[in-house]
Amino acid sequence: MTDRLPGFSTLAVHAGAQPDPTTGARATPIYQTTSFVFNDADHAASLFGLQSFGNIYTRIGNPTNAVLEERVAALEGGTAALAVASGHAAQVVVLQQLMKPGDEIIAARKLYGGSINQFTHAFKSFGWNVAWADPDEIESFERAVTPHTKAIFIESIANPSGSVTDIEAIAAVARKAGVPLIVDNTLATPYLIKPIDHGADIVVHSLTKFLGGHGNSLGGVIVDAGTFDWSKDNKYPMLSEPRPEYHGIKIQETFGNFAFAIACRVLGLRDLGPALSPFNAFMILTGIETLPLRMQKHCDNAKAVAEFLAGHPAVASVNYAGLPSDKYNNLARKYAPKGAGAVFTFSLKGGYDAGVNLVSNLRLFSHLANVGDTRSLVIHPASTTHSQLDDAAKIKSGAAPDVVRLSIGIEDKDDLIADLDQALRA
Amino acid sequence: MNHDTYPDNYIRSILNSVKSIAMVGASPINVRPSYFAFKYLAERGYDMIPVNPGHVGKGLLGKPFVASLADIGRPIDMVDIFRNSSHIMPVVEEALRLSPLPKVIWMQLGARDDAAAAKAEAVGIKVVMNRCPKIEYGRLSSEISWMGVNSRTLSSKRAPMPTQGMRLSLNRMSVGGGETAASDRAAKNKTELS
Repeated sequence: MTDRLPGFSTLAVHAGAQPDPTTGARATPIYQTTSFVFNDADHAASLFGLQSFGNIYTRIGNPTNAVLEERVAALEGGTAALAVASGHAAQVVVLQQLMKPGDEIIAARKLYGGSINQFTHAFKSFGWNVAWADPDEIESFERAVTPHTKAIFIESIANPSGSVTDIEAIAAVARKAGVPLIVDNTLATPYLIKPIDHGADIVVHSLTKFLGGHGNSLGGVIVDAGTFDWSKDNKYPMLSEPRPEYHGIKIQETFGNFAFAIACRVLGLRDLGPALSPFNAFMILTGIETLPLRMQKHCDNAKAVAEFLAGHPAVASVNYAGLPSDKYNNLARKYAPKGAGAVFTFSLKGGYDAGVNLVSNLRLFSHLANVGDTRSLVIHPASTTHSQLDDAAKIKSGAAPDVVRLSIGIEDKDDLIADLDQALRA
Repeated sequence: MNHDTYPDNYIRSILNSVKSIAMVGASPINVRPSYFAFKYLAERGYDMIPVNPGHVGKGLLGKPFVASLADIGRPIDMVDIFRNSSHIMPVVEEALRLSPLPKVIWMQLGARDDAAAAKAEAVGIKVVMNRCPKIEYGRLSSEISWMGVNSRTLSSKRAPMPTQGMRLSLNRMSVGGGETAASDRAAKNKTELS
């Protein structure tokens, strides 16, 4: 007889956390400390040599952060996770394990504008090249594969357009190319989509969004699916070759199916330094406890608001995958049957000026550059989050000049609809 | 015994009951996984015996290497085989010639030989395959959680007080936690392909 598997909501409350062995504290304590004492010199050497499990220094690991890591790993169905300071930090730490100067990553064109900037400019300065592909045309990913390709990167639900990506089709391209598929699951969260079930090898999140959920703490996380064989050829020496900084340990050989998460911790986080504050980890953990309740409400509200906008005379079009008429509705039904998320865009018949007026007339929606808050949010991507892209790239990423992005909160939906209605009339 | 997945209580009862462990294929090189596991288990009070004919005359953390299980010369509770799947059967056959028999035969992560397991189980020996005792100890005590690893356990009970600094006890009450089915499937596919 095997052990019973708990459901998603039980994991959201319990995974990774247990009463503190010394004090009995039931909530996860905030271990606000830089360092941890060793038992003796041999224990210290064992920890530094990666021979023992334990805590050394909060830049490498912290018990509060570890609860958050295990919880997200459990929710995603991964073997291990690593929490970092932001979603952007997660991306750079992941790619540092995979890429050398001259290597390439294939990335979906439909990404968060900040990720497009990071890939285009910051990563270019590391000598990491990006090849863009169109998630609406799977063949464009196949065509982009070269001998230098080291990974494929997509968003499960794309920001800002809210379009749903065919993860399984792109996972098949990655498998054929012999490279890992990295999925940014920020807008879906594992409540709606578990990319690992669809072939993802690595999942990253901005914890700042729906997982934390309250718009109060930045954070990022990397989840190792434990599915990729890093040693089958010589492509990923960070994981397959002896590491000089650890006396010649081979990371995959030593850590098996959670080797990638360990590499991110002991080679990435240790040396690059974007550690998450334990206080932020605590805030995000508290948020995750209510993730299933919040996410369902976010989705139900978003569908109601999208339906209202689709029927409004001032609205030209609504891009919400939860609407039956939407181009991505079939993918949404397949990958996200509980709801198509709560971030989507729409455009107004009055164009750019009408969009600007709408934003300034809203009274409940907050005009700011975040998504996935309890509060409803609005922004004009073309002049903000996606402003550094040229017009062609704006359109391709779903941020055309006449587009307004909403992130629907967990208020009463009738109040959100009334606010939009008065602002559209004003 | 279903060797694809083991109940936590099966693993916990083995790690709680065995005292002496002969590690076949133990390495004196301090960056090898077998050295890591040997040291970790020795620190947790197991009576560890390194078995490796290539290193007789040397010691591992003060314990002298022996060439074979027969050379140990005293009863042992568990044989931990740190060899590839293709080298398992002769070691199991050697273990089955011991008197008294060991109570447990454990094959390391990545190693599996169902025919050898069946032979051992036929004479009442408990078998674990494709697992690491260090990882299982860390998982069931929840020490491994400090590394952000999914321990696949949940508990509302206070764990026993650490016996020494950062060392948690195996005697922790827990139920099943988050599964890692995708990784398990990938490992199975790899085994079947090789």
